[in-house]
Amino acid sequence: MAYQFDFAAVWAYHEMLAQGAMRTLALTAVGAGIGVAVGTLGAVVRAWRLAPFDRVFGVYVELIRNTPFIVQLFFIFFGLPSLGVHMSEWQAAVLAMAVNLGAYSTEIIRAGIVATPRGQIEAAASLALSRFEIFRHVVLRPALQRVWPALVSQIVIVMLGSSVCSQISAEELTFAANFIQSRNFRAFETYVVVAVLYLLLALLVRQLLLWIGRRFVVGRPAT
Amino acid sequence: MMEFSIWDLIRNLGVGAAWTLGLSLTAFVLGGVVGLLVLAARVGPWPRLNRLAKAYIVVFQGTPLLMQLFLVFFGIALAGVDVPAWLAAAIGLTLFTSAYLAEIWRGCVEAIPKGQWEAAASLALSWGEQLREVILPQALRIAVAPTMGFSVQVVKGTAVTSIIGFAELTKTGSILANATFQPFLVYGLVALGYFLLCFPLSRFAARLERTFHARSH
Repeated sequence: MAYQFDFAAVWAYHEMLAQGAMRTLALTAVGAGIGVAVGTLGAVVRAWRLAPFDRVFGVYVELIRNTPFIVQLFFIFFGLPSLGVHMSEWQAAVLAMAVNLGAYSTEIIRAGIVATPRGQIEAAASLALSRFEIFRHVVLRPALQRVWPALVSQIVIVMLGSSVCSQISAEELTFAANFIQSRNFRAFETYVVVAVLYLLLALLVRQLLLWIGRRFVVGRPAT
Repeated sequence: MMEFSIWDLIRNLGVGAAWTLGLSLTAFVLGGVVGLLVLAARVGPWPRLNRLAKAYIVVFQGTPLLMQLFLVFFGIALAGVDVPAWLAAAIGLTLFTSAYLAEIWRGCVEAIPKGQWEAAASLALSWGEQLREVILPQALRIAVAPTMGFSVQVVKGTAVTSIIGFAELTKTGSILANATFQPFLVYGLVALGYFLLCFPLSRFAARLERTFHARSH
């Protein structure tokens, strides 16, 4: 007999799915906020070769980019407590996402910073701008403009990757899916619906971040 | 309770790492073959197939790898066939890899000037011949570095298959961490294992990129 699909069994849990989606968004927002801040710091340190911190960030970037996110998450959640560092599953999930995105965004933003034409910095200096003003208006902002689309793609990748946080019982969207399919025994239908939700979240977050980029980062011409 | 020395840990993790490597190679090779088909569908002169291939890429790039693995795992089970974890892992990762490689290669194909297609067409080559004889040999040169770079993502992607129960490096690590109560050490070694697999690939990809840039400027 052919399999009878039953999506009503998934709809019965729509409130839980909506809540899971909101939590995935919240996790992404906090993780991405901290991650991009870390990445900006790392990019400046790396681009300006501020010893010895440029080495530290270099090792950090290579370690994170060459290991899987799930292993980083397990290391933080299961491994760090033996050093006396205990945290909730939410804190571990946010920390892992921030640490992961921090490494990727260090490299992305650094590429934007090193592409700053030398003449622009000299021109700004000749206009008697302070070092901090030069950094803010002439180096960092145009750098972020240049790499914003790449940064947005990386944030979306991190959001999709956060589905493995269900493995440490962080109650996000995939956790909700696992719970629902254990109740309604409709694993395939549940995961189809949740995969579609992730797809919509990915498209939404991408458009939202690109809009934010146009409005706040790229928007007004540098004055 | 069994006692594990550090060498027992490393030996067991080594077996897991061998499975990780095997799965990575399988997914990369099969994903490359499927990816080539998706690429042809994406850039070929068939509007309906183009849209289908585009949707395929958007779906696989816009959903978590974990969901893709679950869907393969539970989807095949619907047909009444019992799927072993390694098969679901290999199919899921192959599809995932094919979508990403097709998109990377599309960029490389589109970087070839349009005149090359037109010149090939003026020599009465069929579309397949134009792609095979004229475009792909040139696109291949720019595709090598980003393809190499993506192989790192494939190796890291195999870690997610631990969740559907495939006993590769991460799964082996989880089992050992539970058996030895030494998660810090075990996950540290697991991370080291991935690093040893991925770092040379990253370095190689970066070097290829530099040589290509040097040659084209």
